[in-house]
Amino acid sequence: MIQLKIDNKEVTVPKTYTILQAAKELHINIPTLCYHPAQGIKGNCRICMVQDGHDRLIPACSTKVSDGMTILTNTKFVREMQRGVLELILANHDQDCLKCVRNGKCELQDLCERFNISKNSFEENQISAHKKDKSNQAIVRDYSKCIKCGRCVETCSSVQNVNILAFANRSTAYEIVPNFDRPLGETECVYCGQCIKICPVGAIYEKNDTEQVLDALEDESLHVIAQIAPAVRVSIGEEFGLEPGAVTTGKIVASLKRLGFDRVFDTNFTADLTILEEGTEFIDRLKNDGVLPMITSCSPGWINYIEGFAPEALDHLSTCKSPQQMFGALSKTYYADKEGLHPSKIHTVSIMPCVAKKFEAKRPEMSSFGSIDVDTVITTREFAQLIRLAGIDFERVEDEEFDEPFGIASGAGAIFGATGGVMEAALRTVYEVMTGELLDQIDFKEVRGLEGIKEAEIQIENKVIKVAVAHGLGNASKLLEQVKVGKSPYHFIEIMACTGGCIGGGGQPIEKSPDTIQKRIEAIYQVDCNKDFRKSHENPAIKQLYEEFLGQPLGERSHHLLHTHYKARFPKEK
Amino acid sequence: MNRVQAFITANFDCYEYNDIDRYIELGGFEALKKAIEKGSDYVIDELRTADIKGRGGAGYPTWKKWAIGHKRQAEKKYVVCNADEGEPGTFKDRELLKKDPFKVIEGMMISGFVFGASKGFIYIREEYAYIQETFKEALEVMREKKYLGHPVFGSDFVFEIEVFSGAGAYVCGENSSLIESMEGRVGRPRIKSPRVGEKGYLGYPTLVNNVETLAGVTTVLLIGAERYAQYGTQESPGTKVICVSGNVKNPGVYEIPFGVTLREIIYDIAGGVEEGRRIKFLQLGGISGPLMPGNMIDIGYSYEALEQEGFSVGSGSILVADETNRVIDFLVSVSDFFYHESCGKCVPCREGKRQLTRLLKKFVSGTAKGKDIKTIEKIAHTMKYTSFCGLGQTAPTALLSAIKYFLPEFWNLVGDKEVSRIGEGEWK
Repeated sequence: MIQLKIDNKEVTVPKTYTILQAAKELHINIPTLCYHPAQGIKGNCRICMVQDGHDRLIPACSTKVSDGMTILTNTKFVREMQRGVLELILANHDQDCLKCVRNGKCELQDLCERFNISKNSFEENQISAHKKDKSNQAIVRDYSKCIKCGRCVETCSSVQNVNILAFANRSTAYEIVPNFDRPLGETECVYCGQCIKICPVGAIYEKNDTEQVLDALEDESLHVIAQIAPAVRVSIGEEFGLEPGAVTTGKIVASLKRLGFDRVFDTNFTADLTILEEGTEFIDRLKNDGVLPMITSCSPGWINYIEGFAPEALDHLSTCKSPQQMFGALSKTYYADKEGLHPSKIHTVSIMPCVAKKFEAKRPEMSSFGSIDVDTVITTREFAQLIRLAGIDFERVEDEEFDEPFGIASGAGAIFGATGGVMEAALRTVYEVMTGELLDQIDFKEVRGLEGIKEAEIQIENKVIKVAVAHGLGNASKLLEQVKVGKSPYHFIEIMACTGGCIGGGGQPIEKSPDTIQKRIEAIYQVDCNKDFRKSHENPAIKQLYEEFLGQPLGERSHHLLHTHYKARFPKEK
Repeated sequence: MNRVQAFITANFDCYEYNDIDRYIELGGFEALKKAIEKGSDYVIDELRTADIKGRGGAGYPTWKKWAIGHKRQAEKKYVVCNADEGEPGTFKDRELLKKDPFKVIEGMMISGFVFGASKGFIYIREEYAYIQETFKEALEVMREKKYLGHPVFGSDFVFEIEVFSGAGAYVCGENSSLIESMEGRVGRPRIKSPRVGEKGYLGYPTLVNNVETLAGVTTVLLIGAERYAQYGTQESPGTKVICVSGNVKNPGVYEIPFGVTLREIIYDIAGGVEEGRRIKFLQLGGISGPLMPGNMIDIGYSYEALEQEGFSVGSGSILVADETNRVIDFLVSVSDFFYHESCGKCVPCREGKRQLTRLLKKFVSGTAKGKDIKTIEKIAHTMKYTSFCGLGQTAPTALLSAIKYFLPEFWNLVGDKEVSRIGEGEWK
């Protein structure tokens, strides 16, 4: 342990601590921008400079504590220099905060408030930057906001192993750009959106589709329906000051009804459907020597990743569409029939924790009647914006129930939102379908939690089934490497592109503290526990759907509506 | 006291760059032999007596650096000779590499021996492409004569040297950027701690020394530290290779004992100022050094005397500007240089340069206001105290010294004096 003094207060901390961490122990918040507790130390922004015993300035984020150190964090010298750095950042930052998606939720803005800076102290606001990159369906990069902290670069490389962002040029031309300065839409970007959440300012954000939703709601000729992903209900409360993990399903339904949606449905329903289809597909592969391991296909960021980086392994992917797209297909066929509406008159809106879902919905193969199945995808954050816009008091609005016929879901569908959830849901069904026996213990705790790669074994009939779960594409790529060289020891693998699974998706509220993800996960399992049915194949609405419309899993109709195919994103030139 | 004293440069013009036999006749490899025979502690002791300090500009005592490095245990270690001589006004390493390459190589071998490395690199700036070629030739001769790649002087010490070409970035003269560059990445500085001595090239301890430092090591061991230390001053023993440039009659590289005054250097060694003009200012230690007004040139050229007045030896560059130069024009050229060379990594250096360059140009165009001086000073201070590496920290040095010594020149260029309420001296 190391003993030091910060602002004349003694503190004893482990020797691995930095000054920044030691100050936190004393409840002193040294200003930071490039620093993020989940990332490596960069030392780029220089806002965390503090004064040492020799009256020198040293960076708090990258300087380790040492015995007898005396640190001052709040002298005139320190404040003036921190302010100087802040003003230099601002001088090359688009200060039109009102137009910014992060207005009110911006780390730079917070610091300006702290330092009482209301306007750039330099005469001109000289912004030298690339033009805004709007080259794709999902993510916008606004270079005029970028403060070059490098957090997005680290996430893209170290966490996601996508590696498409890089520092380019030097001096004032220094920028963070997609590799070879291509527009994002022409890169291998998988649109996971993790860069959006790690960005301290508004330099990266999802393409905003809220206007499209409002227009559809306004259009009387349209029947507008919504589906809500499993992860949204445990996170959107954070946008309205609720604790992470607050379960707000009823409030979400009520808010959507008030916004004017004709029907509000639950994506958990099609999550159950996915389990039936995917579980049956797995059993089929197992029994008929199909390609194993089979890998889940619900996460569109993951699909983009494998299509871009390992097209040779595409046979391993389940052919199942994601729950969003299964819902979309059913909404334009089964539901349209049932309601007696022409599919073109139904506008299907998805509310997703995900940015890549925007891209997925626009894939040409995702159309069951000649046009796209899911018309608009908005993120959890955009949904919150709509709720605020409508003046709905989210915290107090009275709970309402989902509509029929896609309103009933099992606990298995609910846990899709957390890493390991799809695997657990699948095992619950696969076991019972294969053995015809009831599972005694339906909680598969080995596949839960935030460990990067999780493994489990389950004895089904006389076979030991080995499964693995990975979340975050960096972890996923490790399992993928084994698959590529034919050395994967598993039968079934679940992969989610984002850390924590969908609850940590790129479209989620920006996590305010490191334990947010964990709290959301706990809430998801709470939803599961409280359900009448906890296995997908027990969901009566699913049974009804098969009876009325689909016939059987992997049947003719399912094949057309609920399954898809994959192809290399960047076919090799011949 | 002699005004010039050739120790480090003793072999200049005495042999062709690849004439190893002649180099041996001149005492070549005696230093290495002595090091191997008497051991690392002897070398470190000699360097302590001679008190050679890092000649790249940092001025850190070489013996200390080597003593720490010598003790460090590792599976593998590397030594690097930093020949990325990018400091404007500095060209002494170029002369050493051209005129006495074997002495530098010998110094590298001694550093490898003491540090415990069997592999060395010499990082030569891209602009010295022709020297890279001659140096490679010298290395080839060394291999033929079995000084490299074979045990030397009956010991088991085997050493190999590889030439590495820089790619044209000033910041790569900074050790950690240099290592980044060698590893194939963009030359940008690393977070200090671990320093490269602990974790350098490919993660192994790496001892980086300047060309002149290494030549100095060879020299000290060859002639003996005591003899070397008879020259110079008490606190700056021995000699220094300096580069005199600018408005002098005989610009060039000279070796002087420490303690000679700047006046003697300029007038007696470099032939004085062209057409007998008055000296307006000097810039010492390269473009990252401060400006010294012409009336201060009676200061002795030594670490301690210069430091006392807020100056430093730095790389050994002495740039002389006569009265025909405007301070502001000079500052703009300094600013342009750093504007071009900032790596962009940290805010103060990148954004500070952007603002400073813009503000300085206002003085040139006559649109500056009084308050701009204050803004310049504020930005310069922010850069000095908060930048990530030495580049950003020293980029505003010339500017801050100019504000200290030549404030009226700024004031005379302010376009709208009435509007500004800030009087001279208020910002001091």
